[in-house]
Amino acid sequence: MVKQQPNWSPYDNNGGSCVAIAGADYCVIAADTRMSSGYNILTRDYSKICKLHLIYQHQHNKQMSCPAMAQLLSNTLYYKRFFPYYAFNVLGGLDNEGKGCVFTYDAVGSYERVGYSSQGSGSTLIMPFLDNQLKSPSPLLLPAQDAVTPLSESEAVDLVKTCFASATERDIYTGDRLEIVVLNADGIRREYMELRKD
Amino acid sequence: MDSKMQQHGLLGSESDSQRTLYPYVTGTSVVALKYKDGILMAADMGGSYGSTLRYKTVERMKAIGKHSLLGASGEISDFQEILRYLDELILYDNMWDDGNSLGPKEVHNYLTRVMYNRRNKFNPLWNSLVLGGVKNGQKYLGMVSMIGVNFEDNHVATGFGNHLARPILRDEWHENLSFEDGVKLLEKCMRVLLYRDRSAVNKLQIAKITEEGVTISPPYSLKTFWGFSAFHNPTVGAEGSW
Repeated sequence: MVKQQPNWSPYDNNGGSCVAIAGADYCVIAADTRMSSGYNILTRDYSKICKLHLIYQHQHNKQMSCPAMAQLLSNTLYYKRFFPYYAFNVLGGLDNEGKGCVFTYDAVGSYERVGYSSQGSGSTLIMPFLDNQLKSPSPLLLPAQDAVTPLSESEAVDLVKTCFASATERDIYTGDRLEIVVLNADGIRREYMELRKD
Repeated sequence: MDSKMQQHGLLGSESDSQRTLYPYVTGTSVVALKYKDGILMAADMGGSYGSTLRYKTVERMKAIGKHSLLGASGEISDFQEILRYLDELILYDNMWDDGNSLGPKEVHNYLTRVMYNRRNKFNPLWNSLVLGGVKNGQKYLGMVSMIGVNFEDNHVATGFGNHLARPILRDEWHENLSFEDGVKLLEKCMRVLLYRDRSAVNKLQIAKITEEGVTISPPYSLKTFWGFSAFHNPTVGAEGSW
């Protein structure tokens, strides 16, 4: 008697892509707003970007710094190492010196601080383009060089818009609308851009 | 992923399984949209047992508390179990007697948690749920799948409705639909489903929820149109073919 394979999977792939870029005094985080399942689009208006800080603030009596958040996310993911959260994350913010701060993750919590990153179904299309435009100095170099990009905030936002316009052309799971969040010393700013809906 | 889980002994053998493996009695699509005064939702009254249309008076939409309406497709027994969970939730809410009552957002969130937690235990409630409601003038329409994927939108549909009704809604839905236009749009979707979904039955209910409350219509049938010229004398032009 052959053991029957389960015909139900607890996972679904809802698609979508996200990007984050760290600048000298800002951080840009962007993601499309399409939620899919198989060849269907479930909704065109789903936000994949969230703000995280309130519980920490109440317990530690100070704002949660980006590196602290990064560790929390890594622990949360690794906690489910043997039944993972099937989610690919990018964390963006400002570090204690006010410089842009981007961390990139895999599904089980392994993470690294980088100058820019993309995850999701369109990442294979977006990442090489970002490498070409923003190539960071090697982390092996001494003395340690800054990973943040010398681009200005508006240049970085334009770059992100270009990335998604291109990824939308070739990735069926990316499209509908782009949500861009910019963090800087003045606070948080949100911007939207329409993408192709096909 | 699945074979790795078997190696770790996470799946267990089927013979002693106490978990949901397949659905038995199922309901087909639910379609819902936001209109000027609230939410309109439609579902037929069929309960299929595999390929047999076994039950023809299954109510797949129910009012929840004062502000919400729940529609379900998938396993009917799991839907009835969810109604029991929600009965308890609303009972406790009423017992507070504090003038506040659970709105559609809260019920939707509760359902998402229940579905996701069951999915985590590999014992899902085999349903796709549509939750609509109005509270304090705010309209809300959301969906939860059996693995806990949830979202809200101006129009939603489950099962075959995703394939056949959603495109019609994407084309013809607009803000501030009147009640009559909303019903016409829903009936258009349900008619297409009746023609093309083999588990649909021609006996449906349309439910309306507004700030005033929930009204579920008595069951009725849609008119269907088979008088296409191509159906008269179908073999003309190709005698002998099928």
